[in-house]
Amino acid sequence: MAVTTLDVPDTGTPTSPRRRPKVGVYGLLVPASILMAVALGYPLVKQFVTSFQEYGLRQQFGQPAEWVGLKNYTDLLSDPYVWTVIGRSIAFCLVNAAVTMVVGIAFAVLMARVGAAARMTLQVSLLLAWGTPVLASMTVWQWLFDSQYGAINWVLSNVLGVDSMAHHSWIIEPLSFYFVATVIVVWMSVPFVAFSVYAGLLQVPEETMEAAQLDGASARQRFWNITMPMVRPVLSVVLLLQVIWDLKVFTQIYVLQRAGAPTRDTNLLGTLIYSYAKEFSKAGALATIMLVITLALTGFYIRQMLKEDEL
Amino acid sequence: MSTLATGAQPLMTDSADQPVRPTKARHTGPARDRGAGRAWGVLAVVIAVVWVFPIYWMINSAFLPLNKLQAPDPTFLPFGGTLSNFRRVLQDDTFWAAMRISLSVVVIVLVAALLFAFLAALAVSRFRFRGRKAFILTILVVQMIPAEGLFISQFQMLDGWHLVNKVAGLALVYVAAILPFTIWMLRGFVAGVPIELEEAGMVDGLSRTGAFFRITFPLLAPGLVAAGVYGFLQAWNEYTLALVVMTDPSQRTLPLWLQGLVEANRATDWGVVMAGAALIAIPVIVFFLFVQNKMTSGLVAGAVKG
Repeated sequence: MAVTTLDVPDTGTPTSPRRRPKVGVYGLLVPASILMAVALGYPLVKQFVTSFQEYGLRQQFGQPAEWVGLKNYTDLLSDPYVWTVIGRSIAFCLVNAAVTMVVGIAFAVLMARVGAAARMTLQVSLLLAWGTPVLASMTVWQWLFDSQYGAINWVLSNVLGVDSMAHHSWIIEPLSFYFVATVIVVWMSVPFVAFSVYAGLLQVPEETMEAAQLDGASARQRFWNITMPMVRPVLSVVLLLQVIWDLKVFTQIYVLQRAGAPTRDTNLLGTLIYSYAKEFSKAGALATIMLVITLALTGFYIRQMLKEDEL
Repeated sequence: MSTLATGAQPLMTDSADQPVRPTKARHTGPARDRGAGRAWGVLAVVIAVVWVFPIYWMINSAFLPLNKLQAPDPTFLPFGGTLSNFRRVLQDDTFWAAMRISLSVVVIVLVAALLFAFLAALAVSRFRFRGRKAFILTILVVQMIPAEGLFISQFQMLDGWHLVNKVAGLALVYVAAILPFTIWMLRGFVAGVPIELEEAGMVDGLSRTGAFFRITFPLLAPGLVAAGVYGFLQAWNEYTLALVVMTDPSQRTLPLWLQGLVEANRATDWGVVMAGAALIAIPVIVFFLFVQNKMTSGLVAGAVKG
């Protein structure tokens, strides 16, 4: 298909970087568009529509769904537990995104400062953490935090002398559960931030830095007034992705819950939606709320990016 | 914005083969900076050791017998280890069944996603047409949609089509999930190949098709490889959708199988669990090490460039 479409004679000026095609170009978009419409668009719309309907057990056996207006939403939003989970999710997302960004940027700056050998060591180590499949990482972290034979409890009690940590269970208590989850999420996400920001740092021209130095700018001034503004687009994209990813975090929370944490005290939005699997309209309404929260947290950034990016 | 956009452009080509760059320390000159530089170097290595420790621990534990794993003091070096944990995993039929499912899903996802994304990327980066901006915008916005908010609805859809517990069903939702980013990434790579090269080929007597396949396509190979690896990693590692779609234990993908192994052996035998995790992780990590450069640069270039 690509071949036939590309054979369309060029009617634009020869030097124009963009060709002017006939309708054939739409053919190139058809397969991807159909697939996304079917497997993403349709479920999204369906879910949105169903969130205004009654859809429970009876409907699963073929009863037509009844329109109930905003009932699913008011039910959810009048439940203080849902608000608790929303609050937790936003807090978890912001803390994780912030910690990941700070650590990631610090690592990127460190990579730019140190010699080739130290940089390679750090890069390979981060790549190993990045490349490990989520479930494999989750498995090791559970083993590290294992209450009986875990390496972390052993180090805390035998090396650092905190005896009370000997058989400490990390995931029973919600705060400690979120601490473990944060350690894992940050460990997994930092490499991506560090590499992206480092790639951005490499683009800052040497000449600009030298000129600023000649003009008497200190290292700190150069960093904050030249480097940071220049890598800002990279930072925006990366921060945006972190916020989106950390708000919808599911696997890490779900796996830790399965390891024996009290589900109700540790639910975030993703796992709460999952727990509504049997009540489809409620799940749909909550998923829509989550989408709205995502847009609220990221909308400003997206608008900014669109304004700056010519597309 | 224009300076930044052009600034991002070289990322695509040179970040891969340009790891060494004069450090700031060399610029500032004075000898005391060299001492500081060494301190930073030590810090970097310490961080590297801390960060890689969980992976070392996975491999280390995978070689240890049960009595060492449950000894009062952990064994930090794998000397005197055993292969029995690996043997147990490799003799487990459910491991191979999950491997077969995972490989089938990955192959379908890769072929479909690469082909469709490539065509779409070609359209948006080589042609101007009505709806082009809207399409790019959609690609962007779709990536913002939390997939975790969609899975129940996707399950319902697949259920209606009798695609639950089917490789084809899982592959369908995977392809749709990775298409937007793959298009975004390939768009950056296609735009990075100057059209003038192709036109020069046509001046020299090649047809448009010939020019495309003999000149542009080979230059896109690294981009296609990077996009392919991205798709491979996503499909191989994905857990959430697999959990929802593959409810039948005989249809488990490898991550689901690993979670099952954890739940069966938690508190009894972490060694075999670590062997399972290592067997799933190591091929992926090796693969990943080779190509990550292209992936990061593709993302940054695609994201920042117009």
